Formats: sequence, structure tokens, C-alpha cells
Amino acid sequence: MAENILEVRNLKKYFKTARGMLHAVDDVSFSIEKGHTLGVVGESGCGKTTTGRCILRLVEPTSGEIRFEGKDIMKLNRTELKEIRKDMQIIFQDPFSSLDPRYTINQTLSETLRINKIVTGKKAIEDRVLELMETVGLAERLINTYPHELDGGRRQRIGIARALAMEPKFIVCDEPVSALDVSIQAQILNLLEDLQEKLGLSYIFITHDLAVVNHFSDEIAVMYLGQIVEKAPTEELFDNPVHPYTRALLSAIPIPEVIEERPQILLKGEISSPIEPKDECRFAKRCMFACDKCREKNPALSEISPGHFVACARVGEV
Amino acid sequence: MKKDTEIRKDDIALELKNLRVKFVLERETVEAVNGIDITLKRGHTLGLAGETGAGKTTTALSLLRLVPHPGKVECDSLKVDGKDVLKMTSKELEKFRGSDLAMIFQDPMTSLNPVFTVGQQIADTIMLHNPTTKEDAMKQAEKMLELVGIPAVRAVEYPHQFSGGMKQRVVIAIALACNPGVLIADEPTTALDVTIQAQVLALMKKLRDERGMSMIMITHDLGIIADVCDEVAIMYAGRIVEYGTLKDVFNHTKHPYTEGLFNSLPNIRNRSERLKPIPGLMPDPSNLPKGCAFAPRCRYATEACRTARPADRMVSDTHMVACTAYDDPDFRIDRPEKD
Repeated sequence: MAENILEVRNLKKYFKTARGMLHAVDDVSFSIEKGHTLGVVGESGCGKTTTGRCILRLVEPTSGEIRFEGKDIMKLNRTELKEIRKDMQIIFQDPFSSLDPRYTINQTLSETLRINKIVTGKKAIEDRVLELMETVGLAERLINTYPHELDGGRRQRIGIARALAMEPKFIVCDEPVSALDVSIQAQILNLLEDLQEKLGLSYIFITHDLAVVNHFSDEIAVMYLGQIVEKAPTEELFDNPVHPYTRALLSAIPIPEVIEERPQILLKGEISSPIEPKDECRFAKRCMFACDKCREKNPALSEISPGHFVACARVGEV
Repeated sequence: MKKDTEIRKDDIALELKNLRVKFVLERETVEAVNGIDITLKRGHTLGLAGETGAGKTTTALSLLRLVPHPGKVECDSLKVDGKDVLKMTSKELEKFRGSDLAMIFQDPMTSLNPVFTVGQQIADTIMLHNPTTKEDAMKQAEKMLELVGIPAVRAVEYPHQFSGGMKQRVVIAIALACNPGVLIADEPTTALDVTIQAQVLALMKKLRDERGMSMIMITHDLGIIADVCDEVAIMYAGRIVEYGTLKDVFNHTKHPYTEGLFNSLPNIRNRSERLKPIPGLMPDPSNLPKGCAFAPRCRYATEACRTARPADRMVSDTHMVACTAYDDPDFRIDRPEKD
């Protein structure tokens, strides 16, 4: 059994709102093997971004355990946390708002290096900046350009270079390609793949795009209203989806091929409120298979075949 | 109802010839659209596909004559339902927009007015085009809401009380309220989640077929094109580089850019296959290359491609490709053909 770089147990994040507690992330557990990628998919509001941010403690989790290389990062103080964040980085969704508009590429990268004392000395920093730019495929002549002079793909490359500057072991990729055009998206996905191979990185890949996650992940967790409803190795999940939500999600992906007739599962209604959810299956309201059993209590994840977990009261029945 | 439209299928719903749009700025001239022809048959759906900056939305706005200042629109002819749109006065245009040609905008969050109820907003559109009383328009508005799957009782609610998918349904209801012959949908589902997207697309297809409407679907998603369109135009740097039936373009792809778009998409059936992105970036529309705009990124490009703009070439009765490489009769791209 390979070593896990990250283990998350019973992670919860609740937000206080005027109408009660909002259960953004509600008892989520998973682990990631070293050098592997876990894909987290789900629709807006399912808690996937909050989960990613909780792992770095960019938002403070309500409760739970997050172990990075065996160390419980929930128990770390500010200084220790700062130290461990060198190993854990994040790439944000929007390359337009995650960069300081008044910093050139050079300033953005060299500041990161200087503040975190990754390398010291003017010459060493300069060399490292150029090296980073080369790693992510930015031409040297762009070193003094500002973000507004660059297109989305190049900006996202700066975001990646900034994360790599810390020489991390693990990166949370929060929808890193959803703001980009397909031809540029493919460039960035290939880059992330190459970096993983070269540097032995582990990723959490958060996205709503199942085609992307299929291509990129070793294992996939499907989230719905703050909870993981199905988790399996990628091939298994695509070949043998069990949860009715996963099935609907897969059938809703538009396929760029001429197909005469394609069976589609159209879900009724929309995602319900995550505020003070009742103890019942959270998907029951939209589920075509829902019965009384589903409304009695919220089903827990159970293992139906090695490595394949499903949270559905009617597993095996439908 | 479908039968009715099939008889007249050869009728032309919309015809556009040689559209050019320029934005003349202080220091530069942005050439957004550089000579586009579109023919839309009645009851058909044409997909306009391409990446950011290809000129898809500018083309759509030109059809409605809504290109904002400092845009300069030139065009040889534009006819919708036989009416010459170029000759219309601003009064006539007001009548034309919404009743003959309607548009659904990309972002349902900003295309509704936050201070009016959704019922009022639909009723306003109805009253603008038909002489009717307020009560009657309101009743029609409620019917429209039910048509798009929203209970009529919610007509008195405000946009912020609806979710993204519901708002887009309201926008569709407004666009369809006056029974337009042609509907332009500009990335109608880009802001929505996939399961909601599937609902909205199914709804649009149903309404289109019931009403015998013609549609122009603008999207960057080739999956959506395959799902709803009969014909496809692939746009690059303000030109149509490939045009044909869905099968022509998807199964007998001819243009290297179209090939590049398909290769960039992760293949859901073969996950380990490495993506083959198109190298480089879309050219700057204020400084377009002299020859083929795609030549700098094209792996088949030759000297001839860099010197002259490729002509439109018909490779079959329905299939057009603008690519100089086909001067060589043996030229083939790598993408395998399907039936």
C-alpha cells in the first residue's frame, strides 16, 4: 500500500447565516496517495471549493482532522502553519482576480521567493524566477509584463509558477481551467500533467467538468450538498456509476459527436438549500428512485466493491 | 406542428451576406468580423462555434443591429423572413427586435431587471409588440412561465428570488413571448451547471420543434452543438473557416483549426490519451496576419498560407472550408473520417 500524502477525516465547515447554520461541507473524508490525483466534482454550491480551502486552512474548518504527511494541521499554530503551507499550495479558478494587477511577473514571483526565504540573494532569486517561467512555458521576454497585458492562459501559468515557487508536494487545483478556452485549457492540463510526473506532485483537482476530471484523476469523489455521495477509481466510476446523481451527471455531459439517440437522465428541480438540512438523503427531492426509506435518514457511504463507495439507501435495488 | 414546418423547410429564415464589423479606436482598428455569410433555413438550427474573440457575439449583435459604438458595421445584405433589415428605420427596428428576431443573452444574472417582477418583464415585452391590455398581457406572461416550467404563481416574484437555471428560463420566456421566427441564443447555458444545462437545452429543443422556430446557437462547446444543431459554422478571428451540416463538420472535418478544437477536448471514452492542444494564441484582432489568420498556429501551414487569405472552397454541396492547403488535391488532415 502506497503512502498517503493527505488524509481528511470527518471534515465539517458550517457558516452562520440569518436563517440558521449553512452546512457547506458536512462530514467529508478522503485520502490521497502520494503522486496521485483526486478529482472532486459537483455543481455550484456543493462545497467542493470550501473543501479545498479547508485543507489549507484558508477557511477555518468547523471540525475534523486533516493530516498532511501524518501531521495534523488542525493543531498547528500560525508559524507552523506557514511552514507547512510551503508544501501545500493552491491554484485558483480565476486568473484575472488572483494576481496583483500592480505587480509584474518578476515582482509576483520574486516576492514569493523572498518572503518565504526559498532562495536568498538577488542573483539567485532572479535565476529562480527565470527557471520557474521556463518550467511553466512563459517566454523570458514577458518577465516585466503586468497581468493585464497577458491573456488568460498566460495568467494561469503565472498562478501555477507562483504555486511552484514554494516547491510544494501537494497542490489544490480549484477549477484551474474553467475560465479558459478549450485550446488553451488543453495546454494548461498538459502542463499540470507534466509537472506531476517531473516533480512527483499530488493534486486535488476541483472541477465541474467531468470530461476534464476523467482525463486527469486517478480517483473521483462526487459531491452533492456538502457530502460525498460516491467515490471510486476513475475508470470504475465512469464504467459503473451507481449513485443516481452520478448517473444523471454523467448523462448530462454534452458529447462532441454525432449521435442519433442518446438516453439522457433529466433531473427535476434544482439543488436544495444547504441551510439546516433534514436528516434524509439530500438528493431525494430530485431523485427518480426516491422512496420512504430515503427520507428516513441520510445514507452513509458504504463500500460496494473494493475502493468504490456509495451513499445511497437503495444500492443494489435500482 | 412539426409537419407544417417540414413542408416549407427550404424557405430561408435568415440570410446574411459579407458582414464586416470594425471598431475604430484612437490608436488601433479592431477587425472583429471580416466577411461572414450565413444562410439559415426555416426550422433549422445553426451553431456558431469558436473561442473567445472569434467574433461570435459581434455577429449576433450585428443581426439585431445592436453593435455598440464605436463599432462600424458593413454588410451587403441582411434579410430576416424576407424583410430587409438594413433598410429599417429605428422605429421599425424596435418592432422587429423581439417579434421577428429575438435573442437570449449569455448571463441570466444580468439580463433581467432586478426591480421589476418577472411577470411584469414578460408582460412588458408582450405589450410592446401587441396592442393588448395590462391584465391580458399579465395572463399571457403567466402562460409563458408555465411553458418554460415555472409555476404561474411565481410571476409576482423578483429575479433575485430565482436560481440561475430558473432565471435563464425566464429569459427564454421573454425571448419567446412574441413568437419570434428566429431565435439567437448566445451561450445560453454557459453560466449553468451541467444538470441544469441539460434541462434548459431539452426545453429549448422542445419549444423550437413545437413552434417551428429557426435558431442560431452560439457556443464554445462542441458537445452542445452536436446536441442541438443541424448546421455548424466554425469561426476563427472573425471569419467562418468551416461550414456545413453537423455530419460534414464533425465526421468529415476538413479545416485544421476544427481538427485542433476536437483534439484539445479530453476524450471521455479514452482517458489516457494525451491532449493535443493548438499551440500559440488567437491573433490580435487589431493586427491580423496578412494571409490565413490561423497559419501561425497551424501545423500544416505553408508559405502560400502566409501570403494570401484563403478562399472559401466548397468540398461538397453543403460543406465549405476556407483553407489553402486543399489546393493540393491529395491534402488530408490527420483526423479520421466517420460516416
